Amino acid sequence: MSLLAAMPATTVTVHALAAAAGPSPLWYATRATGVVALLLLTLNVVLGVANTARYSAARLPRMVSAGLHRNVSLLAVGVVVVHILTSVLDPYAPIGFASAVIPFISPYRPFWLSLGTIAFDMLLALVLTSLLRPWLPYRLWRGVHWLGYACWPIALWHGLGTGTDSRLTLVLALDAGCVLIVAGAVWWRLRLARPGIGRRIGKVATAAVVLATIAFVAVGPLQHDWSRRAGTPAAASPAAAVRVQAAAANAPGPGLQWAAA
Amino acid sequence: MNLRLRVDPIACTGHGLCADLAPELVQLDEWGYPILADDVPPALAVHARRAVRACPTLALKLGRAERGAGQAQNRRDHGPQRSHGSRRN
Repeated sequence: MSLLAAMPATTVTVHALAAAAGPSPLWYATRATGVVALLLLTLNVVLGVANTARYSAARLPRMVSAGLHRNVSLLAVGVVVVHILTSVLDPYAPIGFASAVIPFISPYRPFWLSLGTIAFDMLLALVLTSLLRPWLPYRLWRGVHWLGYACWPIALWHGLGTGTDSRLTLVLALDAGCVLIVAGAVWWRLRLARPGIGRRIGKVATAAVVLATIAFVAVGPLQHDWSRRAGTPAAASPAAAVRVQAAAANAPGPGLQWAAA
Repeated sequence: MNLRLRVDPIACTGHGLCADLAPELVQLDEWGYPILADDVPPALAVHARRAVRACPTLALKLGRAERGAGQAQNRRDHGPQRSHGSRRN
């Protein structure tokens, strides 16, 4: 325990928890649903662009791709809700229910977690306006629907920044594949747009986002001290500080009991 | 009370989903724009609603058939535009 006391605060809690109980099934569920959600959102961006492009094939009539776009997005919301519930309920990381919808209030990796919160808020806006679409002004729905192109990279960075598995080769390969697919879909969408300033901005933004993502992975999650850098400086969060004091001060403190529960 | 589909010819961009979803009620002309059936039989109302909801530009509306059914057979929407058509769904 004297060793623990010497270590930085949040790290102590997290490592003490991991040592005491090991990651629970909930934590594995959070990680798995996160990856599945990324795949579903990727598929959905492609389907959305295919609908705008009026793509149809013998095996994929318009009716089918439009229905898939709708149903895959509803499925994605379901998976993301499970992702959020399991991460909140799991004692491994201190994440509150409010951080599901309100960004920047979690003591655990505040910035990277909040990207997920923001992406979830966007997803909710996208799905709710689409469900209410017949009763909304068309332009309002369409304006909100452009958020989809922002939602996807924000969700991706959330996964890269706070994902427990983002350094695994398999997950990195999945991420790279998803980036390629979405970049291709966005390129397809931009080719449909009228030539002009908007299209140019779109192309530059797409290229910038892809390059920024690659650079971020290189200097961020792939570095050894990333989990410390991504986490909270303990002093910033009273909740973490309290738990850390408990964990560090005396051996089976409230923090550890809570972990074993 | 009969139901009738109407299309806003300005908003319609000819995606053709309505004809996919309600082929009994909507046919496409050679440019891909809808030709609508006169009235919607009650048994097909659910399909008509589905087509209305699926329209990418919300150009298709389902409303009451207010005027007599005696319009031309290949009715290519002469119905009122948005203001009237959007009563329910």
